[in-house]
Amino acid sequence: MTNQEIIAKLPYSKPFLFVDEILQINENGVEGTYYFDEHLDFYKGHFKDNPVTPGVILTEVMAQIGLVCLGIFLLDYSFNSTTSIALTLSEIEFLKPVFPKEKVIVISEKVYFRFGKLKCKVIMKNENGENVCTGTIAGIMVSKSEIT
Amino acid sequence: MNKEQTIEELKNIVQPYIQNQEAFDILTEDTDFINDLKINSANLVDVILDIEEKYDIVIDNEAMERMVNVKAALEIIATKLSEKN
Repeated sequence: MTNQEIIAKLPYSKPFLFVDEILQINENGVEGTYYFDEHLDFYKGHFKDNPVTPGVILTEVMAQIGLVCLGIFLLDYSFNSTTSIALTLSEIEFLKPVFPKEKVIVISEKVYFRFGKLKCKVIMKNENGENVCTGTIAGIMVSKSEIT
Repeated sequence: MNKEQTIEELKNIVQPYIQNQEAFDILTEDTDFINDLKINSANLVDVILDIEEKYDIVIDNEAMERMVNVKAALEIIATKLSEKN
């Protein structure tokens, strides 16, 4: 599967798609980027007259690139529209703020993928190469037909 | 394999994932991981990986599906340990 095919299979759309490109992906991990457009809606309210990217959005970026893109790659062609995705764990440290017009790189390393559960160690870096978030994220990806 | 000792070891493994302390305090062989201890299915995967590590065994999909309570876990651990020797 090509990187473009993986992004096309993501079950998100604007304004909740947080993956721009996949730089590299293999069975052990993934690297991808996202650019924070200054017109994103949440900047109007977080914070008033002082836009800073919310931690929940940074977590979502890490999960979409680090967990969901990798999960689609690992499931390969068995991933389809009936596949259920659920975030089950996020333990993230937020080390530096991320402002509008910043581009971030997410680097995810698989800890395990067993019984439909994918767990990864995930780092987000800014364009200066500084870690802005680090942590662990896990989720479940299963075909609906497998849920009894 | 000493059953009482293995139950104690299992208690240590599941403790971080339980959501029902009362059921955990009176845990027996018949205690169900999901219905009694309220461990969710995602955390049950971690329980199984911790069991694999503790006993140096590999649990396959079929065994995973059977491992719903303490009794089944004890049986599966015993079977996998005997296969190893």
